[in-house]
Amino acid sequence: MKIVKTSIGRRSFIKSSALAGGGMMLGFSWLASCDMSSKKIKALPKQWYKINGFLKIGENGMATIMSPNPEIGQNIKTSMPMIVAEELDIDWDNVKVEQAPLNTTIFKRQIAGGSQSIRQGWDSLRMAGATARAMLIQAAAQTWNVSTDKITTSKGLLIHQPSGNKAGYGEMASIAAQIQVPNEIVLKDYKDFKIIGTSRKNVDGPDIVSGKPLFGLDYKTNNMLIAMIVHPPAFGMRLKSIDDSDALKMSGIKNIFKIKTHNDDYNLGSFDNNAFNELAVIVGNSTWEVIQAKKVLKVSWEIAPASKKEINSWGGRKVIVETPAGLESTDTHYSILENRSKTTKAKIVRKDGNPEAVFKNASKILERTYTCPFLAHNTMEPMNFFADVSENKALLVGPIQTPEAMEKSVSKRLGIPLKNIEIQMTRMGGGFGRRLYGHFLTEAAVISKEMKQPVKLIYSREDDMTQGTYRPSYHALYRAAFDNENNLIAFHVRAGGIPESPLAANRFPAGAIDHYLAEEWSENTNITVGAFRAPRSNFIAGAEQSFLDEISEFIKKDPIDFRLELLEKAEKNPVGKKNDYEASRYSEVLKLVKEKSKWSVNNSNIYRGTAAYFCHNSYVANVLDIKLIDGEPVIQKVYCAIDCGIVVNPDSAINLAQGGVVDGIGHAMYSAITFKDGSPQQNNFDKYRLIRHKEAPKKIEVHFIKSQVDPTGLGEPPFPPIIGALANALYKATGIRHYSQPFINELKTKKILG
Amino acid sequence: MPIYNLSINGSNQVIDSDSNTPLLWILRDNLNLNGTKYGCGIAQCGACTVHLNGVAVRSCQLPVSAIGSEKITTIEGLSENGDHPVQKAWLEHDVPQCGYCQSGQIMNASALLEANPNPTEEEIEIAMHGNICRCGTYTRIKAAIQSAANS
Repeated sequence: MKIVKTSIGRRSFIKSSALAGGGMMLGFSWLASCDMSSKKIKALPKQWYKINGFLKIGENGMATIMSPNPEIGQNIKTSMPMIVAEELDIDWDNVKVEQAPLNTTIFKRQIAGGSQSIRQGWDSLRMAGATARAMLIQAAAQTWNVSTDKITTSKGLLIHQPSGNKAGYGEMASIAAQIQVPNEIVLKDYKDFKIIGTSRKNVDGPDIVSGKPLFGLDYKTNNMLIAMIVHPPAFGMRLKSIDDSDALKMSGIKNIFKIKTHNDDYNLGSFDNNAFNELAVIVGNSTWEVIQAKKVLKVSWEIAPASKKEINSWGGRKVIVETPAGLESTDTHYSILENRSKTTKAKIVRKDGNPEAVFKNASKILERTYTCPFLAHNTMEPMNFFADVSENKALLVGPIQTPEAMEKSVSKRLGIPLKNIEIQMTRMGGGFGRRLYGHFLTEAAVISKEMKQPVKLIYSREDDMTQGTYRPSYHALYRAAFDNENNLIAFHVRAGGIPESPLAANRFPAGAIDHYLAEEWSENTNITVGAFRAPRSNFIAGAEQSFLDEISEFIKKDPIDFRLELLEKAEKNPVGKKNDYEASRYSEVLKLVKEKSKWSVNNSNIYRGTAAYFCHNSYVANVLDIKLIDGEPVIQKVYCAIDCGIVVNPDSAINLAQGGVVDGIGHAMYSAITFKDGSPQQNNFDKYRLIRHKEAPKKIEVHFIKSQVDPTGLGEPPFPPIIGALANALYKATGIRHYSQPFINELKTKKILG
Repeated sequence: MPIYNLSINGSNQVIDSDSNTPLLWILRDNLNLNGTKYGCGIAQCGACTVHLNGVAVRSCQLPVSAIGSEKITTIEGLSENGDHPVQKAWLEHDVPQCGYCQSGQIMNASALLEANPNPTEEEIEIAMHGNICRCGTYTRIKAAIQSAANS
């Protein structure tokens, strides 16, 4: 039992009198008709009583729980309400879930990003449920004229043992809605959890499998027009002029014009990131008609000049972003990565001991470099948004990971106050970070304002894939120094990228090696980048874990035992003070994956690779098994051990981890965006290779550390380490070490199968 | 524009449309059948899969003028209450993450099982190869198809 003050998220309990039922009391005849057996309630209630911003209860005992955060496939629309329901102490079968509107006075951090929804929502979600439960108990105490301390709850029932009184939550809901929010509430002991830690099906599952319109692209209103954009064909170019003489005459076309997504005097925020501020727009009656006009519209482009802009970064920091002029190519990018890594004086981010001297006097040095290309997010649902903008009001509906930031941005662009802007979040056909950057929402609003009519802006796959906001291209140089007895005595990483460094200087193996140096550098580009599932970790983990594998081979140690030795040192005798991981938790996932994969048992037909990583507050270790079938490597099985604290919804968490494994393997193995003269060379799935069914592992086994630590993220952590495990297993199977993603380019065969 | 009489999910639909319009956009824009998804427009991702006389086809590449009297089934018409064995298996295995590709996956899988009620693992992989799941639910999709085959 844990008593907490209700101060966190106190605004969540501001009541809406309209929904509160106006103090209406229900007659006690309800007692007789109330279903006391906590079975599934089938009918919707006649009246909802809003207990707080997170939940309302109907007179029949059914509860509606709001899921505050955007749903991108991480299944928080199920797991966040599960946390509320746990503390409310209601039968999950009698819970309906609704997507909450954007309302940051009630809900905390309505963002899908950084694997933080559950971690940062945990306290306020529990409090919302526990507060409502306390208010229902108070309502029962008043009604029965007894004290609250002898009233217990179970599955939506209030029970007062001494008097024999019993009531369903529904009977007390109207009274509870009038009760003042308590100053303190009691949270459950973890051992008493009945919902958290049990697998509950995706609440949208039935609607998904029957094709209900859940996504932004499915949203429509009667008088809605379709809009599409034409953006420059290359980074480093901008719109010059449009000739609409032929396209405007085409069937169903209403208007063709240019827009500026933001005015020149606007200081962009970090989620306004966009390569192409000026666009050609075509608006028409139907999607196909607009697609046809898009083929006919003549647009001329010109070279864009270099620019220097001040950006209001996340957290209020002001950052100067320099965008060079010119048409960039992948060949040049790789020369830059290689040259800068060798010749530039990089910025020292962390230094322990005296690495320079130790390297100088080392008996042996192992040096390796790793690279990766730009990647497109390629959410299956392309960018789109619905906008209905009138004189002083805007309704915006669609897929967005950052509704709060975009509401502010669009408010400034339209000159409409925040209170007159409503953003509704639809289920998203994938996010992976792409929909943190909501230029498409602002574009839709500007187009609707121009048309004075509701519009839905749709990006074609080609528009989407060539628009930018890519995962950056990275480079990492690793060096390890050994003494004449093959002891690892110093470690050096110099990491950089276009346009950012992937370095995480205070992560393992920092803290485990006496002489350690971490440096970084970056090079500007006019190609826009954005957070991509596990930003930076999505590259550096695979590079680091491949290098550690090579070190363990070099000093003839088992790769898991070698990591465990380093972690033991980091735990017992850490170097430096800023190490950002818990070495004991890191070791435990390695030990768990070692046990579950039967790592110590030799099987001559299986080639195994291992890796482990910590990011977004969670620990993941992998073993990946490859078999050679007719000489071709086939991924048989992946073992995944995870410590993400308490697991709210286990089967759904397993699903997310399995997806992260497939996603990591797929991108490392097959995917790349390359450029020629500023122009992306892949614009659809015929040229951009994504992992497919038969390339996925045959089996993915996921194990969680049993934990009583508050939950941490799971959307991102399973992605980075699997890339190291893949590279290390491929080496065992084929004898080829992998240094440059996508790995398929380094293999003799192009036929890698799952 | 020409008029087309289409048989969609067992009912006759009269469509006034340009002859080249792909069935995908007829379903989504004209008929409000939004379960069929747009993913690539070039038959590379499978999100727009529907049945043409029971065979899986990519609706983004099927012009309205080529359909004639053939029978079209979309995800909305696969079963009356979302209880086709493949849909039930999808729920049993809690397959979807974002869910966007899943109606295409289900339509492709149900056509596969219609033609081959007991596919091997390899036959499933080959038949499903044209359907991309960006969230990586492939292992669950395969397990769900195997469950549906056994039911």
